[in-house]
Amino acid sequence: MARKISILIVDDEDSVRDSLFNWFIEDGYRVECAEDAKKALNILESEDFDIILADIKMPGMDGLEMLKRIKSLKKDAAVIMMTAFATVDTAVQALKDGAFDYVTKPFDPDDLSHLIRNATRQIALTEENEMLREKLFSLENVESLVGKSEAMRKVLKEIESVAPSGASVIITGESGTGKELVARAIHSNSPRRFFPLVSVHCGALTESLLESELFGHEKGAFTGAVYNRKGRFEMADSGTIFLDEIATISPKMQVELLRVLETRSFMRVGGTKEITSDFRVICATNRDLKGMVEKGLFREDLFYRLNVVNINVPPLRERTEDIPLLVDYFIRKYCLSMNRPLINIEAAALKKLEEFTFPGNIRELENMIERAIVVGNGKKITSRDLPIGKETINSGIESLDDLEKNHIKSILAKYSWNISASAKALKVDRVTLYNKIRKYDISQNE
Amino acid sequence: MSVKAENINLISFGYFDKGLLDMVSDHIVREFNMPVRTREGFLDLSEYYDPARRQYNGTSLLKKIDSDFAGDISKTVGLFNVDLFIPILTYIFGQAFLNGRAGIVSVHRFSNERYGMKPDNQLLADRFRKEIIHELGHMFGLVHCTDPVCVMRSGSYVEDIDQKDFTLCSNCRRKIPDLKL
Repeated sequence: MARKISILIVDDEDSVRDSLFNWFIEDGYRVECAEDAKKALNILESEDFDIILADIKMPGMDGLEMLKRIKSLKKDAAVIMMTAFATVDTAVQALKDGAFDYVTKPFDPDDLSHLIRNATRQIALTEENEMLREKLFSLENVESLVGKSEAMRKVLKEIESVAPSGASVIITGESGTGKELVARAIHSNSPRRFFPLVSVHCGALTESLLESELFGHEKGAFTGAVYNRKGRFEMADSGTIFLDEIATISPKMQVELLRVLETRSFMRVGGTKEITSDFRVICATNRDLKGMVEKGLFREDLFYRLNVVNINVPPLRERTEDIPLLVDYFIRKYCLSMNRPLINIEAAALKKLEEFTFPGNIRELENMIERAIVVGNGKKITSRDLPIGKETINSGIESLDDLEKNHIKSILAKYSWNISASAKALKVDRVTLYNKIRKYDISQNE
Repeated sequence: MSVKAENINLISFGYFDKGLLDMVSDHIVREFNMPVRTREGFLDLSEYYDPARRQYNGTSLLKKIDSDFAGDISKTVGLFNVDLFIPILTYIFGQAFLNGRAGIVSVHRFSNERYGMKPDNQLLADRFRKEIIHELGHMFGLVHCTDPVCVMRSGSYVEDIDQKDFTLCSNCRRKIPDLKL
């Protein structure tokens, strides 16, 4: 450990304080002494010490009482209790009250060195643990912090304000906009961050599978249930559960989910025991949940329970000023993961990306950059490395009508449904564009 | 208090072989590059004897050396052949004031016979001079060193002392600007 460890010695005997002081000073520690508990507590109120070596038997407040007070002042302090009269009861009591260790005076020089070394190691581990947690915490935020646009700043501000609460959140946004990253950012900024964030992709599972996935199952509950299995709600205890594609769950599951959200308790599939779990719910969807409620496709009561806070993640075409930042971020990410030297992007290629509408949003941009790094010359990403302009060939579209429809949709999206601007770009008049919109049943909410 | 020392005094309390003191003294001259004076001192050690522990109080002895025998321009080490303790430890080989002018070292625990082995005067002398240099290091402001063979490495047993060198490592040496090296 690079910093100097500090030790506070508390003993009513001068000779003990002096000898301990000299011993520790020679070891290079920062040492201070107090002759009684009251003075020690006064010192501790204004100064931090890593290790406190205190006598149990002292006039006035005894060491055990002082230990309790120290622990209320500084929970992590390593307090070592000393006494000339060792009894098992006092030792046990001291350890129960949070003492790091307990020694009987006089002790062997080697025991003292070991004791302090162990306490120092414990402090180093605690500090390292704290540092790693902080690091993990900040790393989780970095991913979702890519973006300086107004739209993204608004999202970040919403994350910041909602994260510390326990409120349920629905994250909406088109596919590929980074809804899961927003969920991670909320979790990692919340008081639950040291507990798990459990993700469930509801759309990928059938009703029965989802039920067993969420609630767990008992051995023998169904064919193939050969073990007891914890469900995701149980795993998310004290943490957060992230339900992606929430709009895809069946009406039956909607009822079950509502019940769990109301009671925070449930039973495993095939089980008889009620299990309680304390979790926060964050959901995500790319559909218009409110519209689904109006059409009777999603339960209104569940919607209101989930939709305490709504965060809408903007599509990439609405924050094109973030594209250079995102491109840099993905270049760095993939060059590092592929163990290649960092490259940059040609101005023309970047311009092409900024003008593209990205129907697949950030996920599409990320895939493009990854592909460009793989197929490129290893020095610079050029326009040739980008699949823009070739997407119609690879998109699975076969008919001319589909091609036309998609092109109109992308131009409308690019010009934020400004009909005049879109018609001008398509080199048709406004009436023709309106007719095409009607013909292909294109709507702004798609 | 940092003391700019001009010489080192070794004061023996009790019987010490002259050859042993001369050898220790020669070595310290080389290590610290300053004059070393050896002389006999007189103290009634019974005042420092703790009958309950059957040992001599090192803390009190150190204070006595500092108050009655040490001077401002010298580093003074009291040499003893009795078993020393400090109140919280079962025994000590020696002790000194960090950056101070006084230290004490006892030869009592350095003999092989104490540990049921054959007498070895050379080993005893080696341990003794290493411990004196170690305590002088503290008096020149050095704390314990992590270099495995530096004489300033902390040691609780004679085996630890045997592992060390007789000299300060280059790192420790650099930390004593007063030395005319």
